[in-house]
Amino acid sequence: MGASGSMRLKREWVGYSLTAPAFVWLCLTIVLPLAVMLYFSFLSAMPMGMAKPTLTLGQYQTFFEKDFYRFLTWRSITLGLYVTLTCVVVGYPAALILARLVKGRWREAVLLLVVLPFWSNALIRVFAWTMVLRTNGIIDQAVQLIAPSLSLGILYSYPAIVIGLVHSFVPYMILTCYISLQAIDDSLIEAGQALGATNFTIFRRIILPLSLPGLCVGIVLTFVPVVGSFMEPRILGGPQGIMLGTVIEDQFTEVFNWPLGAALSFTLLALVAVIFLVTSPLLRRGFRTA
Amino acid sequence: MIKRRAFMQRIASTTSGLAVFGAVAIAWGTASVAQELHVLNWKGWGTDETFAIESFKSATGAKLVHDYITSYPEVFTKLRTNPGYYDVVILNAAFVGQAVAEGLIDPVDTPKLSNYPNLFAEIRESSQVKFDGKPFAVPWIWGATSVTYDTNAFPTPPTSLAVLWDPANAKKVCWRDDPEDSVRFAALALGQNPDKPEDMKAIREKLRALKPQIKAFWKSEDEWRKLFAAKECIVSIFWSSSTERAIARDKLPVSYIVATEGAIAFRDTLVFPKGSRSRELAQKFVDYLTGPEFYGDWRKGGGAPVSANAKVMEGLPEGTLSKKVLATPEGMKRINFKGPLSDAQRQSYLDLWQETKAYFAQ
Repeated sequence: MGASGSMRLKREWVGYSLTAPAFVWLCLTIVLPLAVMLYFSFLSAMPMGMAKPTLTLGQYQTFFEKDFYRFLTWRSITLGLYVTLTCVVVGYPAALILARLVKGRWREAVLLLVVLPFWSNALIRVFAWTMVLRTNGIIDQAVQLIAPSLSLGILYSYPAIVIGLVHSFVPYMILTCYISLQAIDDSLIEAGQALGATNFTIFRRIILPLSLPGLCVGIVLTFVPVVGSFMEPRILGGPQGIMLGTVIEDQFTEVFNWPLGAALSFTLLALVAVIFLVTSPLLRRGFRTA
Repeated sequence: MIKRRAFMQRIASTTSGLAVFGAVAIAWGTASVAQELHVLNWKGWGTDETFAIESFKSATGAKLVHDYITSYPEVFTKLRTNPGYYDVVILNAAFVGQAVAEGLIDPVDTPKLSNYPNLFAEIRESSQVKFDGKPFAVPWIWGATSVTYDTNAFPTPPTSLAVLWDPANAKKVCWRDDPEDSVRFAALALGQNPDKPEDMKAIREKLRALKPQIKAFWKSEDEWRKLFAAKECIVSIFWSSSTERAIARDKLPVSYIVATEGAIAFRDTLVFPKGSRSRELAQKFVDYLTGPEFYGDWRKGGGAPVSANAKVMEGLPEGTLSKKVLATPEGMKRINFKGPLSDAQRQSYLDLWQETKAYFAQ
């Protein structure tokens, strides 16, 4: 007993010491900069040069004083909803087919294709889209083969932003859903079939509930970064490109107002947290009824 | 025998260890011999041209390491957050005073710069770069932000800023995504002083009136070039020297005007940040940048801004666009050199511009 106890203790210590570098690294690279930014968001100015900053809530107050900040926050959240929804519609069926129907080498090959976009820089991918979407670009040229006088000119519009972001984030959705879907025990589905369930019932009662954790992770991994995105909207959106993310970027790069930029970021973070707090009981209820 | 083998093994391992250590030490040594000069500039704004990098390397053996800005306030961000890292930094003359007041830059050691006496006296002695009789910036180049147009779309060149607001050009106008230029150009179009606009309400309305006109925004020369090459827009506010480059290098059918209402001009200077480790090398680089060799090579590659070196400009051919359009007595009269802006002004311009862009997106 004593020996097995000390063995367990030893194993725990091995576990701690193996995970410690990762935790220390996370603390240093995520928690520390965020804490510094949180501190900045309560300052009246940057504590550099001749400025003598004081502690204030003024930066947060600015958010509520100016109408366009609220308008842009709503714009960023709706963009997040559109992109996440499209990613679910595109990504989930793709993951389902990949996990349940495609087998062996083909599955490996398709998975490789799914992660292929990660091999190139995000900025390069966005610029590639400008070539595809612009007036007389690749899509326009394809369309003009059928209707010579037609020009879609999708670039510099809201749909262009959605297309670019969906392309960036759909691999996350496919991968997270795929992991949940391929872990479903085949015997559960066979049991359903033996008991006379239709394909739709099997999907609704077995596959969907069991893959929900992956779907939820995919939704979070897509929604959160899209709400704060600034590069894709700016490059693809033209006059539609302004989002809360671009406004935050401007505070840092145009006017050196880190406190306001930080306050806007944390306000957005808080809003996203609230959205997930409100929606998570709904999702959990979904689990339970399943 | 066994002892001997163990001894030989130890000798072998020690020798190989020393060899590795030596190799590392040599590599370290050569790395530190190849000196680096850290330059902060706009992308594609002269100092990062291949000829400049190679010519400076062959002259001094030093390697130029570039970092880029997308706005002048970013220079302050970088100098404040990374003191001592940069050796040569570009700064618009209007910002030099702020950099001096914040103690971010050192005075210029003029005797070390052979080209300094040849710089235009008006620019060299300007109160924007000299403080307490000490020069803090080396004037380098100047140029104007004016109206650039597609010569195919405008067989007769436009003359007024009104072309940007003309409904005939709806969804064909590109605009610099920059709060300061936006306010300055709206002020010019309204006949207000672009440095001290008196009626911000009118400027707000004037900018909002651009909504049906704007096709896209650009931030860098490269973004503008793509927009014009793809014929997404036919008219835009743009930099004169970059227009010349687009004509010479990309053969784009474009030209520019100094509008009757005026143009906004910039004066770019080079400054020496406090705490820089390679001052002597930095001085050599700045001297090279202000000299005829660099400017000649820059022009050869297609349009360059106007040099601040009077001697260099004397040798400029007569046919160049900057001599024909910009540096004419009439053109010069309509040019407004940017004055300094306070932090509060800059913030209020940014707020106004963001609000306007939010309105465009509605």
